[in-house]
Amino acid sequence: MSAVALEYQTWEVRTHRPWRLAELWLLLLSVGAGLGAIALVGLGLDGELSDRFWTEAVWLAALALVAHVVVRFAAPYADQAILPTVFFLNGIGVAMIMRIEASPARAAANADAVRQMQWSILGVVMACLVLWLLRDHRLLRKFTYTSMFIGLGLIALPLAPGIGRTINGATRWIVIGGLSMQPAEFAKIFLAIFFAGYLVTARDSLALAGPKVLGIQLPRMRDLGPILVVWAASIAVLVFQTDLGVSLLFFGMFVAMLYMATDRISWMIIGGLMFVGGAAALWVSFPHVAQRMDGWLNAMDPAVIEAPGGSWQIVQGLFGMAEGGMLGSGLGRGNPYIVPFSFSDFIFASLGEELGLIGVMAILVAFLVLCERGLRTALLVRDGFGKLLAGGFAFVLALQVFVVVGGITRVIPMTGLALPFMAQGGSAVLANWIIVAVLLRISDDARRPSLAPERGQVAIAPTPEEVVAGQMPTQAVAPLEGVEPVFDAQAGGDEK
Amino acid sequence: MGELTFNLLRFGFLALLWVFVLSALAVMRRDLYTSSDGLSRRQRRKVAKAGGKAAPAPAAQRSPTKLVVTQGSLQGTSLPLTNASIVIGRQPGCTLMLDDDYSSSRHARIFPQGDQWFVEDLGSTNGTFIGDQQVHGTVPLALGVGVQIGRTRVELQR
Repeated sequence: MSAVALEYQTWEVRTHRPWRLAELWLLLLSVGAGLGAIALVGLGLDGELSDRFWTEAVWLAALALVAHVVVRFAAPYADQAILPTVFFLNGIGVAMIMRIEASPARAAANADAVRQMQWSILGVVMACLVLWLLRDHRLLRKFTYTSMFIGLGLIALPLAPGIGRTINGATRWIVIGGLSMQPAEFAKIFLAIFFAGYLVTARDSLALAGPKVLGIQLPRMRDLGPILVVWAASIAVLVFQTDLGVSLLFFGMFVAMLYMATDRISWMIIGGLMFVGGAAALWVSFPHVAQRMDGWLNAMDPAVIEAPGGSWQIVQGLFGMAEGGMLGSGLGRGNPYIVPFSFSDFIFASLGEELGLIGVMAILVAFLVLCERGLRTALLVRDGFGKLLAGGFAFVLALQVFVVVGGITRVIPMTGLALPFMAQGGSAVLANWIIVAVLLRISDDARRPSLAPERGQVAIAPTPEEVVAGQMPTQAVAPLEGVEPVFDAQAGGDEK
Repeated sequence: MGELTFNLLRFGFLALLWVFVLSALAVMRRDLYTSSDGLSRRQRRKVAKAGGKAAPAPAAQRSPTKLVVTQGSLQGTSLPLTNASIVIGRQPGCTLMLDDDYSSSRHARIFPQGDQWFVEDLGSTNGTFIGDQQVHGTVPLALGVGVQIGRTRVELQR
């Protein structure tokens, strides 16, 4: 008995406190890191602070302060690490774009740090608005099916004649009045709301056990409908928009949320097999997918490097990171701008070259912190919808980082997604800041002291009935007849 | 600006990146160590220094300190005992919220009076049992005696 008892885990009451000062301290450090990066870019390039340093410094510090004050009033119990981590990533991202922008290379002509900063400001303002106006994340559940239509509409928007644009092979952009957007970034938010709302209702039937094959409990055949629909939709995105990244992102998000909702590992296996099957079929039948695979498998082959659409970009990125080594060349001292899209899709390679392994590891751990906070929020929050939404958002961020960094380091084929908060791209920055706001809102709800206990935990305050009863037994104490007295001889008496 | 200064600055910057990341991890650690008395570790250390009042009295060692679930879906869960009563059932308002279809929404209550703990059935559908004996009304509960509630069994432990 005692050996077993030792293995029991003990749940303790966790009275979360606001700890907003801890957040302020972390914000100070993260803004310091962002400003340090911007200062070093100037010092590395010209030996002096750039003209824009003080403007950027004031903006970054003001934004952090405003966001902190808004969180303090609108979501006082929200997680302390989320906001500073995002500022950390965003600030370093802007500094890196600034550094690429300063180079005369033709490949760097589109880098625009001022634009990225403007989008970041808009992102923070939007996040504050969402946090201020959305006082309860459960309200979003009412828009489950509306979100589905909006999400699907946004995904399909680049196919619309007139506004849709195909750039570098992927039909991912729309242009309205000279402003180009990636609607799929916003679709991410709406589809996460839809998946969470749908799965929280449907999870009981989706978790029902069907036939058992090779020791794995499969779901019932008729419950395969939803996953087939989402799979077909993501294949359609791949075929009509030739957009590997977006397709992978949505299917991955659905499968992960399905697993979170049902706790059935078989859904992961089914989803994985469907994805591998679809990808294999496309590899054979579509030349651009085959080209990506070739650029991944035979990246170092001179013929593949030289081929148009070949592995030149990946290989240059790898050379850049190798050049950076452990400590990096220092901001402004490397040549990251040689790589095409070194400021957006390949910003991770640029960071690797100038900050070295030590620097990018810090950035990857920061992403890890962000995702862990999202998953922790999902564990703590009490309502199923909030759990799925927070878990879905955390997973999507993690998947995006994995796919981008995996593609650049040649672990998996390139997909053309953007590193969240760092890569240049207005839609992505704006959408990700809104996701941060929703995560903060859910974590405020999760960590706010509540009378309702979590599963297996002790309530913090007595229930109303106990207060009325004065926490005393109401019935007379009468030992059962014919039962051995269950008094423990040692338990009583001594405690005086 | 000399090369040495620049190098010192860039190594300083890398250090700053890690200072931020490690500080974030330190803040996250609070989640793990915030304990049942709601005090931070630093506060508790202060209390301990102030006169050791936080140290348990020797007599307290012999009375139960926690309620442990030994069977059922929550097996392994334990709740620290206070002088408040513990309501067990499926309702979200219960102190120990069971995920057990065979228990009632407010099934039973375990509470202290004086030095003794008692278990009381709250009119459950399937009954509360000690051994094979059904609990009617309120009975004293000793250390290590299993109380069956639906498919869940709980007992008091030190």
